[in-house]
Amino acid sequence: MKPIRITNTHQSITFSRRMLMLGGAQAAVGALLVGRLGWLSIVQNEKYQLLSESNRVQLIPVPPRRGWIIDRFGKPIAINKASFRVDIIPQQMEKGRDIVPEVARLLQLDDDDVDRIRHDLAQSRGFQPVSVADNVPYDQYAAITVRLPDLPGVAASQGFTRYYPGGSTVGQLVGYVGAASAEEYERENKNPLLLVPGVKIGKEGLEKALEPILRGQPGGQRVEVTARGKIVKELDPKPDISGGTVQLTIDADLHQYAARRIGDQSAAVVVIDVSNGDILAMPSMPSFDPNNFSDGISQAEWKMLSQDDHLPLVDKALESLYPSGSTIKPSMALALLNAGIDRKQIVNCTGAFQLGNHTFHCDRRHGPLDMDGAVVHSCDVYFYTMCLRVGADKLAPMVRSMGFGEKFDLPFETQRYGTIPDPEWMMRKYHRKWQGYDTVNMSIGQGMVLINPLQLGVMASRLATGKRVVPRLLKSKPVAPQTELAVGQDHLDFIRKAMWGVVDHGTAAAAKFPIPGIQMAGKTGTAQTHNLSAGERGNYTAANWKLRDHSLFMAFVPFDNPRYACGTIVEHGGFGAAVAAPLVRDTLTFLYDKQKALEALNAFEQSIGGPLDERIARKTAAWRQANGLPPLPPNKQA
Amino acid sequence: MITSAIIPKPLARLPWRLIFLVAAIAMFGLVVLYSAAGGSAEPWAVKQGLVFLVFLSIAIAMSWMSEATIKSIAFPLYGITIVMLLGVEALGFVSKGAQRWLELGPVKLQPSEFMKPAIVLTLARFYELVPAGEIRKPRAIWPAFVLLFVPAFLILVQPDLGTCIVVLLCGITVMFLAGVPMWIFVLPAAAGALAAPVAYHLMHGYQRKRIDVFLNPESDPLGAGYHIAQSKIAIGSGGIWGKGFLHGSQSHLDYLPEGHTDFVFATMAEEWGLVGGVLLIFAFAMVIRWGMKVSINGRTRFAQLAAAGLSATIFFYVAINLMMVMGLAPVVGVPLPLVSFGGSAVMTVMLCLGLLMALERQQRTGSRLA
Repeated sequence: MKPIRITNTHQSITFSRRMLMLGGAQAAVGALLVGRLGWLSIVQNEKYQLLSESNRVQLIPVPPRRGWIIDRFGKPIAINKASFRVDIIPQQMEKGRDIVPEVARLLQLDDDDVDRIRHDLAQSRGFQPVSVADNVPYDQYAAITVRLPDLPGVAASQGFTRYYPGGSTVGQLVGYVGAASAEEYERENKNPLLLVPGVKIGKEGLEKALEPILRGQPGGQRVEVTARGKIVKELDPKPDISGGTVQLTIDADLHQYAARRIGDQSAAVVVIDVSNGDILAMPSMPSFDPNNFSDGISQAEWKMLSQDDHLPLVDKALESLYPSGSTIKPSMALALLNAGIDRKQIVNCTGAFQLGNHTFHCDRRHGPLDMDGAVVHSCDVYFYTMCLRVGADKLAPMVRSMGFGEKFDLPFETQRYGTIPDPEWMMRKYHRKWQGYDTVNMSIGQGMVLINPLQLGVMASRLATGKRVVPRLLKSKPVAPQTELAVGQDHLDFIRKAMWGVVDHGTAAAAKFPIPGIQMAGKTGTAQTHNLSAGERGNYTAANWKLRDHSLFMAFVPFDNPRYACGTIVEHGGFGAAVAAPLVRDTLTFLYDKQKALEALNAFEQSIGGPLDERIARKTAAWRQANGLPPLPPNKQA
Repeated sequence: MITSAIIPKPLARLPWRLIFLVAAIAMFGLVVLYSAAGGSAEPWAVKQGLVFLVFLSIAIAMSWMSEATIKSIAFPLYGITIVMLLGVEALGFVSKGAQRWLELGPVKLQPSEFMKPAIVLTLARFYELVPAGEIRKPRAIWPAFVLLFVPAFLILVQPDLGTCIVVLLCGITVMFLAGVPMWIFVLPAAAGALAAPVAYHLMHGYQRKRIDVFLNPESDPLGAGYHIAQSKIAIGSGGIWGKGFLHGSQSHLDYLPEGHTDFVFATMAEEWGLVGGVLLIFAFAMVIRWGMKVSINGRTRFAQLAAAGLSATIFFYVAINLMMVMGLAPVVGVPLPLVSFGGSAVMTVMLCLGLLMALERQQRTGSRLA
């Protein structure tokens, strides 16, 4: 660099020049700042206003009240009860501090509940509240509320609990509700409503199937909140729309009566109004109490239910399949008549039937019988003989048209429809030719024949009317038009008369209808589950319960002008007439004379050890003792 | 400069226009602090008002200092401040924590605040002593850098990045105006600009993330970018006219962090909008322009350099803070002088203004004599 002699003048010029540069730079920064301010507050104003608003205003979903389920007369089956509840929101819990024992102490929870809460906490996704207790008594609720500041993560709120007045008698019908699982939350595209504590969705049965109707539209409480989530003020709310009420065709009283009348058996009963197909009762017992499920069920309770060999967690009316046994015979008789068999033709029952090198037995030696006698006394040999003569091709369609193997459109997710076999089906399914013994088995509802109790009830309805009665459960569904079945009127009259004979002087003579002027027609059935000898079969007490035959009965009243039909299957109930027929008789009696039916029920319950609630409580206590668990606290019983 | 027969001469000679301007900014600041406290004079507005009055009085009192006095205290002030900075450092070492202040009875002193005027006066004094012919020689450059980097380093390790940057910028400004060769400033700036992308690639993940968040705060709205994102929401949602006094939801609902200190401008802009923001920026510009004029009118080299450096101090304070709250600079913790709650920024700015007023008074009295 050329050495320049820098003088004070030079310096002064440099200073002025640099001051100008500095001033210019400062002005430029000032302009930049103003420009930036203008950009933010004018150009991007709308965007930031939106962000500011979404900061300020939060929408708290207000859960809609769940719709009611009512019976055909408007009697509640599933309703909502105001209740206090306590939840834990895992995300808000203090790290390293276990608040569960403290909460359990305040709410007097037992170890079962604590286990369940811990299990749920471990499974929870953090933001998803874990139900600690529902239906909390007020003083316990108050005790929690005053300690809330010391219990981070605990949330106490007022809400509604699902309440089923019928208790365990409606368990299999309505299913139950519960807090949404992580999967359900994902499936509904992360619907924020499902995260609100106390919001229950249908998990099983009607509660699940009718969820879209029952849930309703959540409202929104728009609130102004601080950055820390404190609510400053409430803005105009968006009201919630309660879920719709669903009316069933069920008669709640009849349903409950039938459920209680089942007693300690494992059974399902279906009562149908034949005039329109309305299902009046469809209990499956034993069952679970859906009231317990909506709080979140304890491990022990779940274990007890799932270990029970009477399968309380299965809806036997729709999900269990059984051989139809002799209840298939009236339909078989109609098929025989249509195929040209003379009903007066006599078959001699010798108590056994030889086909090839196999002997098929009858339950006793009936001697010579015509068709009427064969139905009334449920003679197997008659049907073996006649059905072989006609052939399976002509039998199966009639049986199917009577409802066996038919699919019904009912609001349940899991239904099983069973099978009525025929040669074509045998080839498709088992790749073998239909044999004579298949016809023999089918003629008495054994072998491949599988039905569910609802189908049995439908068959009774169709035999009663000669029309295609289609069951319905939702009152809002139109009654299906009842088309005529391919059965002549005189055939129909004949078979009704024969079924009247079953109750009047046949296999179900012990179950005569107790109402004067009203007579019942029916058909018993005994479905073999194991090949027991005649001796063992006669001595049921000795046989293991699991090995006994299923006891079936279908019936309609009044026999001369049918109005109600009923089908029941009692698992391992033994001979059809002994258990199933009285059950149907009493259930149908309730429709005509409640007083008389209740007297019969009381006497029955006395004989088996008291009312349902007491028996369940005793059974639970015994189970808990056997499994080394302490007895339930008093508030949890019943 | 009000000339009236009624007002006594000493009072009339005060630069009233500046005092009104500064008082107006401070008053506006108090209004914003009143709103930031949810419509309450407690806990900020009253305290801040008192602090402002105290330091305004001190600044006015300082305006009677002669240039010779200011010159003579420049080096001792620098020395004392360095010692205090070392003291803070030692205290921090003993208490095993970050320490920025010394407690002298009821008063908390932040030595780094004193360093801003001190570095300006020291460098101005240094360059006054350098003969004109020596200004391009290393002898005129390296001592200045030592004088500048020692306190800058001490402040940086406190750690107080914001103050460190302001001190550095003030010192560099004085050096720039003193006539140090241009390449001293241009070369490092160019090198920095070129090295930035390389440095970015050499950085650790978390360091890079900080840069990313600054460049795009919305990418991490709940984490590191929260301050800037919420500040921009507050300013942007204010629009032209603002949401109205006491109606700023961002600040009142605590979404805006530090709404009464570093981010007070966002609190203000949310309620007073673009109009309030531009007026405030304009007012600061007038104050800085006044200071620059004092520099231009300075008749000694020391007065010129000191006045420009002190004005630059105020400028950097305001500019860095506003760039920070509007998302143009990373969050470094520089308050908005006279508006943000807190005594130290008020103290620094009023010290600068007091010195500027003193220098300005010399010019007037001097010109009268001439």
